[in-house]
Amino acid sequence: MGKKKITPYAVISMILLVLVALVFIFPFYRIMTGAFNDPTNVWKAELFPSKLTMQNFVRLFKQPAWKWLYNSVFIALVSMILVCGTASLAGYALAKKRFFGQKIVFTLFICAMALPKQVVLVPLVRIMSTFGIYDNVWAVILPTVGWPFGVFLMKQFSETIPTEMLEAARIDGAGELRTFWSVVFPVVKPGVGALSIFTFINTWNDYFLQLVMLTSTENLTIALGIARLQSADVIEYGPLIAGAALAAIPIVTIFICFQKYFTQGITMGAVKG
Amino acid sequence: MGQSNPAAAPQKNLSHVLQRRETTVAYLFLLPALLFFAAFVIVPMVMGVVTSLFNYTMKSPVSAESFVGLGNYIELFQDKVFLRSMWNTVVIVVVSVPAVTFFSLWVGSAIYQKTGWVRSFFRGVFYLPVVTGSVTVVVVWKWMFDFQRGIFNWALKSSGLIEKNINWLGDQRVAIWCILLILFTTSVGQPIVLYVAALGNVDQSQVEAAQVDGATKLQTFWQIKWPAIKPTTLYVLVITTINSFQCFALIQLLTSGGPSNSTSTVMYYLYRNAFSLYRYGYANAMGVVLAIIIAIFSALQFKTMNTGVEY
Repeated sequence: MGKKKITPYAVISMILLVLVALVFIFPFYRIMTGAFNDPTNVWKAELFPSKLTMQNFVRLFKQPAWKWLYNSVFIALVSMILVCGTASLAGYALAKKRFFGQKIVFTLFICAMALPKQVVLVPLVRIMSTFGIYDNVWAVILPTVGWPFGVFLMKQFSETIPTEMLEAARIDGAGELRTFWSVVFPVVKPGVGALSIFTFINTWNDYFLQLVMLTSTENLTIALGIARLQSADVIEYGPLIAGAALAAIPIVTIFICFQKYFTQGITMGAVKG
Repeated sequence: MGQSNPAAAPQKNLSHVLQRRETTVAYLFLLPALLFFAAFVIVPMVMGVVTSLFNYTMKSPVSAESFVGLGNYIELFQDKVFLRSMWNTVVIVVVSVPAVTFFSLWVGSAIYQKTGWVRSFFRGVFYLPVVTGSVTVVVVWKWMFDFQRGIFNWALKSSGLIEKNINWLGDQRVAIWCILLILFTTSVGQPIVLYVAALGNVDQSQVEAAQVDGATKLQTFWQIKWPAIKPTTLYVLVITTINSFQCFALIQLLTSGGPSNSTSTVMYYLYRNAFSLYRYGYANAMGVVLAIIIAIFSALQFKTMNTGVEY
């Protein structure tokens, strides 16, 4: 790798790459600088804000933005925990148990995963109303947990559990739950890590599901709250951009910290074989 | 299922009692996942298909009188707005899928051999629009695309490239391209991650052997790397196709399908029917049609993915 020759092609390709990367960073940069800029400068094409203020945020927080942020965190966190719990149990059973109906269950999971989630949203709203949790954070959490991607991912990870270890635990007289907790779980832990971060980010950004399930102002997520500010008749760009920054900062921070696990989650779910 | 798995071997000796016990245990492990899956995926799916056969609206519930058989489906194919939305959706798919695939393969090849942090940096940058979420992305682009005061019009005008401001999102001919551009920036993240991983797994000794034999870079790519990353390419093609078919948030937030439905997509029209026109049955019929189209692509996906992998 180190002794590669620098060819003209490599140079041109690198320059192009950096240029395109700038196009991708620019909107993000613009929102971060715009958020802290003076509200009157919102339309100016300044590369650096001429005045740093918190004015936009002050105006944003006339809306219940903290509550929105809290809702987003709550939904993402609870979904993450429930997905990891249900998926690691189910993934282990599918990978390591031999039982009646195994193939049917797995095929069902796979087929459902291939279908567009949005297609079931209209009936889902009905179901949530029946349960009395429409316009409630749980209306977003429960369908997220039902989505079988996690099961699929954890099945892939559970395939790597050495069968001899399970046999040994059985011979030692360990019960099923004990075996799961002390033999299976330590092996699939990296998988759980990948799945947690993957679920957290995807749930945070699942705009469509949030849009159809949550309506009252205090029940919105941060994304939804910003979307509502944006669809107002007269858009106040200052607070709107502060809101967009507020929605992006936590999730981008989490992504940067856990990039490794996240990429692992994507690749494990996809290129198996 | 798993005939080649070592766990299957002792199974032959298990008595029926043990086997039944194993089945019970397995289902207990599966129970939480299955409960959620049944309640929030299977049940709504069945409901969606069944109610698509009814003239089910806010005022008329599902009943014997509102049964219309395939009426909703017949109406769909005579509905001009639906056909327009379908056409736009197909345009989006046809433009974005090759663009995304080609671009991410290029980025993937350019960065997969770079040192750790350079690779992570670029991978992160191209993933940024996905992570920040559609709403934030839309807010910033809409702000930059603004007709009167947006930075794009300002830049083009002050550099003398245009004389009159371009109505980016309000002009029928331009709006869909703006959507496509934004969709592009939010679509390449995952394919790039996949390509970096796949290219990293290509057998390096084969690449070196080819280079020793005097193969050019292009030859090495086509003869060795391309076959190795083919499954990834097919996977990328299919997920990008599915995502493009489901394009919704950008449309709803940027143009609301306008001007005059020129940017409406199937997903957006479905949403409008269900949540502002309250035509649930009709919306569900649309969902079923979209699901069938996507299922065809997904079947292709799993057929490709299954080659060489045994479940």
